[in-house]
Amino acid sequence: MIPLEYYLVLAALIFTVGAVGFLVRRNLLVQLMCLELMLNAVNVTLVAFNRFRQDDHAGQVFAFFVIAVAAAEAAVGLAIVMALYRLRRSVRSDEADLLKN
Amino acid sequence: MSFASALFWVCSLTAVLGAIATIAARNPIRNAMGLLLTISSMAGLYLTLNAEFLAATQLIVYAGAVIVLFVFVIMLLGPDASPATDTRGAFPRIAGAVGLGLLSLMLTVFALRASGGPHEMPPARAELGTVEAVGTTIFTKALVPFELVTVLFLAAIVGAVALARGKQKHETVATGTQRGES
Repeated sequence: MIPLEYYLVLAALIFTVGAVGFLVRRNLLVQLMCLELMLNAVNVTLVAFNRFRQDDHAGQVFAFFVIAVAAAEAAVGLAIVMALYRLRRSVRSDEADLLKN
Repeated sequence: MSFASALFWVCSLTAVLGAIATIAARNPIRNAMGLLLTISSMAGLYLTLNAEFLAATQLIVYAGAVIVLFVFVIMLLGPDASPATDTRGAFPRIAGAVGLGLLSLMLTVFALRASGGPHEMPPARAELGTVEAVGTTIFTKALVPFELVTVLFLAAIVGAVALARGKQKHETVATGTQRGES
């Protein structure tokens, strides 16, 4: 069997890739995808810990709710991207400076 | 090497490769396909962790709905979905340093926690992660959060429609000057 730590290291790797992508990219669509990456990495740790301490299904149910909230977040986030595009004809996050000055 | 170990190694490799493709590709469709690869690999990882219900949910919700939504928006935006200049200046280096620091911090914590050897998983209970067991937990212990999530979805649907629909014609005339300034 695979030890617990392997899953945690894999999740840390994917979370870091997502975090770096969120900081580096200026495309709002890609930034939303990086958010999904980070949420998924956290889900892996939750399910791995639930496999390790299997008294109940708290970890898996938590991951289920994270998936549900991530789906709602993707829908609203993409709607915001569409609204920004309609306003600025661009999906660069640098262009979202309507509140500046 | 057992089947579960082989599945873990294949899925972790494709998950990392997909994650890198998600942040590195220039074409947004390729970003979305990288995310799809990562998400499908994670469904495989859930299978190695005895979480069959979550693996199915992952495939249905993410691969079936979220990725399709991303691809739909990319298609709607057309060539504007990939701006010519994406990154700026020396910022990627700082972000890379932040990422390396974050990764090394997490790996240090894991190494400290793992002192005394990697923790082997105990043998799985028969009902761990089945639809019946997870569903029973959701509808008994986690009933209130479940109902709250349904309200959240209703709010998200209304909000997404209101945002994506935009202002209608007669409203556009009234706020036309505002738009010209911006």
